[in-house]
Amino acid sequence: MIIIGEKISIIAKKVREAMMKRDPLPLQELAERQWKEGANMIDVNIGPAEDGGDELMAWMVRAIQEKVPAPLCLDTTNYEALEAGLKAHNNQWGRPLINSTSNDPERFSILELAAKYNSQIIGLTVGKGGLPADAEERAAIAADIMARAAEYGVPLEDLYLDPLVLQIATSQDHALKVIDAIKMFQEMNDPPMKTVVGLSNISNGCPKNIRPILNKYYFIMLMNAGLTAAIADAQEMTEAIQEKKLVDDVLAGKKIDDANKMAEITKTLDVIMNKTLYAHSYLEM
Amino acid sequence: MSYVIPKETCSGKVLSPDFGKGSKAVKIGGENALPFHSFDGAIPNKPVIAYEIQDIFPDDWPDTVKNQFSSVSDNAVKWAEYCQNELKAQAIALRLSGTHPDRGDRSPQDAAKTVKDVLAAIEVPLIILGSNHMEKDAAVLVAASEAASGYNCIIGKAQEGNYKTIVAAALAHNHKLIAMSELDINLAKQLNILITQMGFDKERLLTDPMCSALGYGIEYTYSVMERIRLAALMQNDATMQPPILGDVGMYVWKVKETVATEAEMSEWGAVAERGITWEAVTATSMLIAGANLLIMRHPKAVETVNKVVEELV
Repeated sequence: MIIIGEKISIIAKKVREAMMKRDPLPLQELAERQWKEGANMIDVNIGPAEDGGDELMAWMVRAIQEKVPAPLCLDTTNYEALEAGLKAHNNQWGRPLINSTSNDPERFSILELAAKYNSQIIGLTVGKGGLPADAEERAAIAADIMARAAEYGVPLEDLYLDPLVLQIATSQDHALKVIDAIKMFQEMNDPPMKTVVGLSNISNGCPKNIRPILNKYYFIMLMNAGLTAAIADAQEMTEAIQEKKLVDDVLAGKKIDDANKMAEITKTLDVIMNKTLYAHSYLEM
Repeated sequence: MSYVIPKETCSGKVLSPDFGKGSKAVKIGGENALPFHSFDGAIPNKPVIAYEIQDIFPDDWPDTVKNQFSSVSDNAVKWAEYCQNELKAQAIALRLSGTHPDRGDRSPQDAAKTVKDVLAAIEVPLIILGSNHMEKDAAVLVAASEAASGYNCIIGKAQEGNYKTIVAAALAHNHKLIAMSELDINLAKQLNILITQMGFDKERLLTDPMCSALGYGIEYTYSVMERIRLAALMQNDATMQPPILGDVGMYVWKVKETVATEAEMSEWGAVAERGITWEAVTATSMLIAGANLLIMRHPKAVETVNKVVEELV
């Protein structure tokens, strides 16, 4: 399992401010913390970064890799920023990962960059229109992206398919559809296609105290489905792996000693599997 | 070997609160099968339709429905008596529209007096509704609950932003309560949980997932109601087992199809027939989706829906 630390994102106020001020310290601290928590790669999300995105991404890549010997996941829709990031990336720490191409024609050309800079790339299985309705639709889009990757000269083993995790609070039925998609993606090639998710989106919009719980157990279910990588909270994922045996026991229908833990796991798995309707207070029922 | 018709049995059952008192009290819900699937299980109570009346003259209703009540609608008591005695209403829903700050801003005390007067004049059960103004409803429904103490009314609507005071009032005066959310099944469940966590018995709750008129998002309402029902019956989700309310009339009698005159839309046909059909079709859809209690306006539409119910049960 490859854990891609999610914390360096423009969505976080602290990160946004550091980016604007070109203050490397907060970013380096975050990168080091995630690295220590067990992240194998660090996600660098600068958003669309329309003005000066190239200079910003190059600066961030250098700032982070100066402190942390990890490959980075370059997360933006901006072509120039990606290219600048790829040029700045220190491949001595491993190959970078581009986040992402998709079935949106505006994002096709990003595949060129993966081929040119020998980078890995995420293929998000969405088109230009609405969200994919189910696992089959995600697989159909994945097939398109795979064909296009071949066209652009990107080897399939460098492509990570991302089924797009949706919020459980509003799209509960998609939690299982994403798990099904992860299984289907692997069957689309031999050796199996690699897969990745933006994990924490599952609990976006949920109360703060239940977010780690949903993140962790959903991660274990995805792991069991064969997931290759997750953009996630590294600390949470380390905990998840420690709790994996308990969750697997509950999944196998066994009883575990800690009754509270048993209830927490059972209720959360039921919500993920759409056996009970999600509500913010589901753990209290 | 003889053929046995397969049955779809459900593990859950819809709760069945009653409202009103004496011989005119009405019970709703109680089914352990999907709507009208009496071949699969027991459906002990038919859906109930309540006639909507208001505490002020309904100047915002289109003529088709306003004219039906022109001799009584200047007075809530007369209007209620007319619905009970002439239209044989099973229940009446009094909407305290006049308490809305933009529609007269009647005080909670005035509203309470209207509630008292209406209750004194009728025997059928009463639903008491606010004006759908979050802050004002909290004050109005507290006063109305007290005024209706002992009458076992349905009070509503408690929403995420104001449920605490309204729940407390319904609790103190022994009423049933409508919990309303806006077309969000997860919030509908959450609100029911929050209300029961205040000590309010789920057996006294009704869920209103928000209605919408045919052509104006009815498929969303339909889908949310259907999923609530499936959760209650198939997943035996206790938080989703209160009966469902469809507040139909207020959503129907403002859409263009019920309002536009023949002169404006000649190709749409007679305005009266169009409006009545619109309300009847919307209401019937809600029943098929799982609603147990409807609030409607036009007598002809009510008659039509009752006929459908008689034929389907």
